[in-house]
Amino acid sequence: MASRHDGSDFTSNLGKVYGLYTGGFAAFVILLAILEQLGLPNRIIGYLFVFFTIAVYAGIGILSRTMQVSEYYVAGRRVPAFYNGMATGADWMSGASFVGMAGTLYALGYDGLAFVLGWTGGYVLVAVLVAPYLRKFGAYTVPDFLAARYGGNFARLLGIIVLFCCSFTYVVAQIYATGIIASRFIGISFEVAVFVGLLGILLCSMLGGMRAVTWTQVAQYIVLIVAYLIPVIWLSAQKYGVPVPQLMYGHALQDIASLEQQMLQNGLATGEKLKSHITPFTTYNPLNFFGLILCLMIGTASLPHILMRYFTTPSVREARKSVAWSLLFIFLLYFTAPAYAAFAKLEVYQNVIGASLDALPQWIYTYGQLGLVKVCGVNAEAVEAIKTACAGVEGNTGLLRFPDLSINNDVIVISTPEIAGLPYVIAGLVAAGGLAASLSTADGLLLAIANALSHDIYYKMVDPNAPTGRRLLIARVLLIIVAVFAAWVASTRPADILSMVAWAFSLAAAGNFPALVLGVWWKRTTTAGAVAGIIAGFAVTAYYLVATRYYAPGFVEMWGLATDKFETLKAAVAAAGDETARAAASAAFDKYAQSIAKWGGVNNISAALFGLPVGFIVMVLVSLVTPAPSKEMQDFIDEIRRPAGGVVMKEKAA
Amino acid sequence: MASGNDVAWWGKTRGLMITMLVIWAIFSFFIHFFVNSLNEIVVFGFPLGFYMAAQGSLIVFVVMLFWFARRQDAIDREHGVAED
Repeated sequence: MASRHDGSDFTSNLGKVYGLYTGGFAAFVILLAILEQLGLPNRIIGYLFVFFTIAVYAGIGILSRTMQVSEYYVAGRRVPAFYNGMATGADWMSGASFVGMAGTLYALGYDGLAFVLGWTGGYVLVAVLVAPYLRKFGAYTVPDFLAARYGGNFARLLGIIVLFCCSFTYVVAQIYATGIIASRFIGISFEVAVFVGLLGILLCSMLGGMRAVTWTQVAQYIVLIVAYLIPVIWLSAQKYGVPVPQLMYGHALQDIASLEQQMLQNGLATGEKLKSHITPFTTYNPLNFFGLILCLMIGTASLPHILMRYFTTPSVREARKSVAWSLLFIFLLYFTAPAYAAFAKLEVYQNVIGASLDALPQWIYTYGQLGLVKVCGVNAEAVEAIKTACAGVEGNTGLLRFPDLSINNDVIVISTPEIAGLPYVIAGLVAAGGLAASLSTADGLLLAIANALSHDIYYKMVDPNAPTGRRLLIARVLLIIVAVFAAWVASTRPADILSMVAWAFSLAAAGNFPALVLGVWWKRTTTAGAVAGIIAGFAVTAYYLVATRYYAPGFVEMWGLATDKFETLKAAVAAAGDETARAAASAAFDKYAQSIAKWGGVNNISAALFGLPVGFIVMVLVSLVTPAPSKEMQDFIDEIRRPAGGVVMKEKAA
Repeated sequence: MASGNDVAWWGKTRGLMITMLVIWAIFSFFIHFFVNSLNEIVVFGFPLGFYMAAQGSLIVFVVMLFWFARRQDAIDREHGVAED
């Protein structure tokens, strides 16, 4: 590890370094497993996992400190394709992917696969349309490219606004996730846990920028993928004798289908509540299913914190290969998530639904006490509590029926070690994995935001003559300010912001994708066209997102979508007597209005379905009516397209 | 800049891009239109329509990206525009 200061020596020894690291991590887990057998309490194991892994990431971050601009912004462009793939995997897979994705698949069945498809297929667009060209240009940030291609700082500013809108809510959600995971596993209060997470994030990224984030993300990827695979491999070996869960859950799907039929026959579930696991379009209609896939894919290809990872490879060729490696590493997690969902569902349908309330498995209570499992509407804290609650539910005869049970999405992954009867050390490992997933994504996002502020705003717009030392100082100060602000927002548990994370994909897609793709692939795209297209596409998307969510009644009336029920509920608000009645009526009115505030039935989350075509059409039309780009610009585009010849954007004082 | 070689090279690059996007569209959208019919076929316990969305398409994406990286590099080398 001492060789980290000498980049070339370090990169030639990467295999050895990370091999040792992985071996060391395995030894650490085994050591904890032995200590657990010797009677080390669970709480201490949880502490050791969290503090030890954060300390290792921080150590890598400190060893990778740098005082060079190109090291700080693009890791010196020396990251081999394979390792950049791992780092991108960690950058991409958030705490929510790690902990919540399997739960979404559990809840939605086939329809949840829109997320699996959408969050993988986008890399095809990244590799083919965008990443190699941005790498050739040699940008430090995505707005850098927009500025160079579209005539300067106005386009840059638009790029910064798009970047900020899609990255900030996302980073708040990541810091929130680190707080949740740390507080759940080591029992410190959520607010404290948020700032512990913040410390981990800052130590990883502040001193070494992209260089430090890259090498910690590789380390975090290794932890997160091991933590994700081990419990479910173990479970598969236990249940079916073959440790390949991705193949064996086919059997589970068959069993689930027959159990679903049985539950319907026994009256444990009703057809309207129970969604068959493999039947398509039970939650989303086909329009929204495919619309969501498209928005997630194009969003993937437009998110700045992902695109900037490909600025760090040694060549354009490596950038292309690196996208393939990234997708392989991401695929390992995403094709396993449906197996988690199927095994968990089988467990619930076999051993929980239809069981007597006295005989529920222990894990129900473990997570009930954390408020994550509810039976008959109350947290499943103790047998007596749920029996009392269920006695008050109509039709309950002392057996747990399907509608009586509600499970938080996060439980699916974190309860698997316990369901499989694994020692606590594996649960600690899963917590470390979830923490690695959210820390690594937070690192990448924070760097994207802070770099846009320090490189694009400060260096390119405020003080182009700033010396290297001051640029790096400003970059670090801004990183800390953004990080502390995001952590502060996260510590207030902002429900609204957390629900806005899904918006990032549509906003990025509509704001960045047309300008990036046409900028490379269509020489005729003019500055005016691009600027108009970005503004139009982004504005339409943002309008649809905000208006259908926060101003639903106004949206319904403005677009003539009102129904009889809408008018009835509206009248009820007006007729409400006192404050409480009015509040209740307004809430019902707003909820209903949100359910019908849609253009052509398109869900809020797929807003880019409107923003994208608007962005493309405006960009093309305005480009066609404005004079073609200059000869210099055409040559510049030729230069970006050709892999040969080194980066286009030169750093003058590296 | 616009020599005959460059034009031929960019033509092939664009052709590869279009091939990739067609395959991408097929496995992102088109085959999933037929999920109900595909679900009639069961392989290893998996209804095929479900399998394609959960694994099949993903495997195609991964394989096609490695193939693309090699193919584009071959095109670049053939026309002498690859990095040294």
